[in-house]
Formats: sequence, structure tokens, C-alpha cells
Amino acid sequence: MCTLAHIFEAAGLSSVVLTPMRDIAERMRVPRALYTAFPVGRPLGKPRDKTFQSEVLKAAFCLLEAPKGPIISEFPERISSDDAEPLLCSLPPRVSTNLHPAVDEAQALRAAYDRAFRKTRRTSVGMQIVAEEVPEAIEKFLKIAEGIDWSEAGFSAESIYGTAHDIRSYYEEICCELAEGEIGAWATEEWFYDTTAAGQVILQARRTMRDKNVAQSIWFGLAPAGRE
Amino acid sequence: MSIFGKDEVAMQKFSATLPLPEFDEDNFNRPKSLQFAKVAIVTTAALYRTGRDGFKLGDSDFHYETFSRLARDLKLGHHSVNFDRGGFAADINVVYPIDRLEELLEEGVIGDVADNHYSFAGNQPATLSEIRLDSGPSCAREMIKEDVDIVLLTGT
Repeated sequence: MCTLAHIFEAAGLSSVVLTPMRDIAERMRVPRALYTAFPVGRPLGKPRDKTFQSEVLKAAFCLLEAPKGPIISEFPERISSDDAEPLLCSLPPRVSTNLHPAVDEAQALRAAYDRAFRKTRRTSVGMQIVAEEVPEAIEKFLKIAEGIDWSEAGFSAESIYGTAHDIRSYYEEICCELAEGEIGAWATEEWFYDTTAAGQVILQARRTMRDKNVAQSIWFGLAPAGRE
Repeated sequence: MSIFGKDEVAMQKFSATLPLPEFDEDNFNRPKSLQFAKVAIVTTAALYRTGRDGFKLGDSDFHYETFSRLARDLKLGHHSVNFDRGGFAADINVVYPIDRLEELLEEGVIGDVADNHYSFAGNQPATLSEIRLDSGPSCAREMIKEDVDIVLLTGT
């Protein structure tokens, strides 16, 4: 972002950057930056909160009145997961008890995914698989968790990361459809890994790969750094 | 161990180690009054429209995507697991505040919303040479052709 700001200004445009990384904006002498102490991934802070987002924009646009730069100001409100209300998002009861709970869960949530898609007409699922393939993909991670080699489970080095990405996106989009109240900072990430059977399977598969000394480049990116 | 994306101290330590490009001079243009200015959004969240190839994992692609102010069918192409993805899943405006710009236009706060907006992938090669010499200036020319005055930059 900071590089682009310099390029755009050099071309004659005026720019303003929203950034959660103040030190980078300072070191790069970005022309105008609003430092927002929000989680990475949320430059406008609060989803579904028009008033808050507009306040962020207006604070950013205030920097355009400055006669000279570089200039950085700080948005007065901070957002962290500590401040968020607990996410209320129920999971479905077991439907097919002959299936693993994670596979059953993913199948049972499909209607909510379809409903969310009909509302928004968008999805970030699709990097490697589509929604209907999510239960089958969870079965593959289940095999890894049970000790089967990741390549024998049906993954390539290229496909495993994208598949984990799509499973998480599937669940997070469902969470946003089902949850009551605000979607707080990191709430969907915590819901997925801490609450859902699918999240637990991916974490177990990742631990198994690590413990079997699989190359770190294969398993590390399957979940956020620091997740166990 | 703390979770990286949530740990402000770890994030600051990480960002302090990043090599950053240097610019010879401070680039700074004063825009026309906001109420008469046309605003475009440029995001480094690697957003792209459904049906487009978008941004692929592992490439160091330096192309950018263009989408109209009417587009809302956007996918999040920034694949990292280490940022809060739930905000975008709930509301594209938390990354790409196009609806807020339209409202500010209706309120008379800004002069106009650009017809086109742009998206880059943030995972650029360390030299940033392509974005500095090729795609960045190309994007700037497109915005100038459309009489954009102000660029709002967001990332993930």
C-alpha cells in the first residue's frame, strides 16, 4: 500500500492509506496515513457497522486538508478480540451418525452456506475446491489426522493449502450467516478452530504432519501461526 | 505460543525486520476540495470478481484487477491464514468500502465515486520493481484518465 501511495502521488494523484502498521508507514514516509489499531484484515474496523466505517473514512479524508506531508494520524478507537462480545453461533445437531462428526457437520451446514450465497452472491470458497466438495475434503484431512501420509490421502503440495483455505472460508461464511449479533475481531477464526469439528480435524492433521517430520512448508500454513 | 496475527508485539517485531523500499523524495499532492473530488479505492487485498482468474497461490503476480463501482461479487484473493478473514466474509465494506463511498457522495461529502476501482496482491517480490515500474504507474494512468483526484488505499 505504501509503495502504491508513493507511485500514485508521483503520478499526480492524492492518496490516503489505512494501515494497522504504523511503523511501516513512518519508515516509508507514506504521504498520508490513518493508523487504525484494528485486527489485520479489517481496515474499516467493524463489519456491518455503517456509522463506524464512515467515521474511519472521514478521519482518513481529514488528512487531505493537511498542507504538507508526510502525515500520519491515529484513529481514536482501538479494536481487539478482548473487547468483542462472545460470538453466538450454534452448530447443527448430528444428522448422520454413521459419518465422522466433522463430515456430518459440514454436510449439515450446507444449507446455511447456500443461503448466505443467495444473499450476498459472493464466496471466497474456490481456491481449490467448491462448497459441495468440503465434506470429502474434510475426510482427507481426517485420514491425515489418523496417520495416513498426506499424499496418500489425496493431496498434492499445491492442493493441500488451498483446500484448508476453502474449508475455513466455507465455515466462516456460514458463521457470518448464522451468528447473532456483531462479528467481533477474530470471532470467526476462533469459532472455526475452537468450536467446529472440522477446525479440530485440520489442527489435528497439522499436528500429525508436524510430528511425523513432514516438511514444514507443507503443514505450517494449514492454520494460523501459533495455533496448536 | 500466541497466535501471530493477534499478537501486536509479534507483529511489530515482524514488521521491524521487513526490508522496505526507499523513495528519493516525499511525494505529496494537495487535492482539490473533497466535496468536488472524485475518489477511487485501490486495495492490496487481492480482491477479484467471481469468474475471473484473480490471484493464484504462490505466484508473485504483479498484475492488478479492475472492477466497476457496481461490482459486489468479490472474492478475497489474499490467501494468508494469519489475518482476520471474518470481517470480509461478513461485509465487503470492511476491506473495500464502496457502499460507504456511495453514501458519502449522496451526503455531498465527496464529489464523485470513480467508475473503476483496483486490486493488487500484497505479496509482491521483495524488489517491488514490477509494481514500481509497471503495474503501479499503469494503474495511476487509468485513474488519471478517469479524472480521479483521490485514492483510498486499503489492505488486509
